[in-house]
Amino acid sequence: MYGNAYIDPNEKFSSEEETPELLAAFQARIDAGEKIEPQDWMPAMYRKQLIRMIEQHAHSEIIGSLPEGTWITRAPGFRRKLALMAKVQDEVGHAQLLYSAAETLGKSREDMMNDLITGKSKYSNIFNYPALTWADSAVIAWLVDAGAIVNQLANSKGSYGPYCRALERICYEESFHLKYGHDNVVHLATGTKKQREMVQAAMTRWWTPLMHFFGPSDKASVHSDTLMRWKVKMASNDAMRQQFMDMYIPKIWDLGLTLPDPLLKKNTETGLWDYTEPDWEEFKRVINGDGPCNAERLAVRRMAEENGKWVARAINNEEAEHVRPFA
Amino acid sequence: MNNIDALKELLYKMADDQLILGHRNSEWNGLGPILEEDIAFSSMAQDKMGQSEHLYNLLNQLGEADADTVAFTRNAPQFHCSHLVELPIGGYDFSLIRHFLFDFAEYLRFEALKTSAYQPLAQVAKKFFGEVKYHTMHANTWVYQLGHGNEESNSKMQESLNFAWNYALGMFEPGPAEEMLINENIFIGEEALQAKWLEVVIPLLEKSNLVIPEQSSWAPIYGGRIGNHTAHLQPLLSEMTEVYSIDPSADW
Repeated sequence: MYGNAYIDPNEKFSSEEETPELLAAFQARIDAGEKIEPQDWMPAMYRKQLIRMIEQHAHSEIIGSLPEGTWITRAPGFRRKLALMAKVQDEVGHAQLLYSAAETLGKSREDMMNDLITGKSKYSNIFNYPALTWADSAVIAWLVDAGAIVNQLANSKGSYGPYCRALERICYEESFHLKYGHDNVVHLATGTKKQREMVQAAMTRWWTPLMHFFGPSDKASVHSDTLMRWKVKMASNDAMRQQFMDMYIPKIWDLGLTLPDPLLKKNTETGLWDYTEPDWEEFKRVINGDGPCNAERLAVRRMAEENGKWVARAINNEEAEHVRPFA
Repeated sequence: MNNIDALKELLYKMADDQLILGHRNSEWNGLGPILEEDIAFSSMAQDKMGQSEHLYNLLNQLGEADADTVAFTRNAPQFHCSHLVELPIGGYDFSLIRHFLFDFAEYLRFEALKTSAYQPLAQVAKKFFGEVKYHTMHANTWVYQLGHGNEESNSKMQESLNFAWNYALGMFEPGPAEEMLINENIFIGEEALQAKWLEVVIPLLEKSNLVIPEQSSWAPIYGGRIGNHTAHLQPLLSEMTEVYSIDPSADW
């Protein structure tokens, strides 16, 4: 989809080349709503930030397939099993799409994968928490995917063409995941006593990671201004968090489920949600590697990479005379 | 055994094979050797799972319990799957060889069943045949590629083929009431199916630079069709039914 647009990753982008005229022309294109394409000129920082962002997004998809993936083999009944298989498959497909989008900016999939398994690149913090029960997988499918849609829908209006196009398709698929997750949570929340207890416990467990999901308040973020002007970042963390709360807290409460924050209420004066700040020290600890599942997630990914290397070696063997297209 | 029982036996072994291999192949989700294979294995696992549900629905029409009950409440001795599908996924080489050997057998089975005198089965066979055709193309492309890739990939594929071969022959374990199905033109029988399968897979494997195990060593591993299974099946079923069995009467 995004082939034929590779850029030499060793290409130098010095600040002298980024003349005020070039930067102004670049900004004018963005302000006019044009999309930046892989072959277009772009500031080095724009490229760097986009690679970082798309790459992290791709890693989040592939690591994100793990907590839910463990429930495929235990899903209760054909309907749930088939839906969950298709959902997790979508997530891996999103990773493939996003690695391709990031490659158009000059970093190879292999390099990105290496940076993931060596811990150099990050992925969404939320996947460092465990899916302890079937109900956790339901809450993830509903609310983590809902959060992702809020974030990705905003970013799909951004300035980099390949990323926007990938996000449009991803959001379309994620909206089915959200429906699946919601249906799943509704069945549990309106089911037997045991089912209701399972889903309440899961909701309580996932609330803090969900509040962390959009990141710390933007006031603390230094790069935000430039990135927003370049339409790399489209909405503030706080705005996205408020939007998510507005859309989903009423739905959670409607199901008779509670959330573990006594301060949670819509402020009629500000129109915003009041809430207890989640523990941002925990967020930092987890993002820096000390979460409940960081080691396990990377170990699994590393194992998959190691075990699959012989396949890559065989199909990339330049001396093989019998290599033929897969389709 | 009347012909309805014979038909049920045929449907059960097909459905159980699809369910268990679909389950096994879904274990690759998120762990494939490359992303594209991760996605492909999931698609094929979903097809298998969907096909098994369809076959259980045919059994339901013949008086058996509904698909979820049949799939999620039986224990190993009540399953009719072959040993080949029960084995753990192993490395990608084994999973790929199993996929090749099994899906070509399914392809030929559904092709034969397209003209079955039992109309409901003939109808689903036409649909499944279209799906499995792509699975065989996928399997053959990859076996060919890795058979020829390099020394390492060839030897891995060869070892897996050697290991899987007798299990694969076990897929064609003859059923006790097969004569009845053959006489009524419901199914061609396992012996005829195996002959067709050998005719197709041997030349393809040879083209893929792989050596078929010596015929003197062929010893089909039977037992699955009559409820004797490997030690791998019950743990798989216990895992599969872990949530469902919390409350089988609940709506999940």
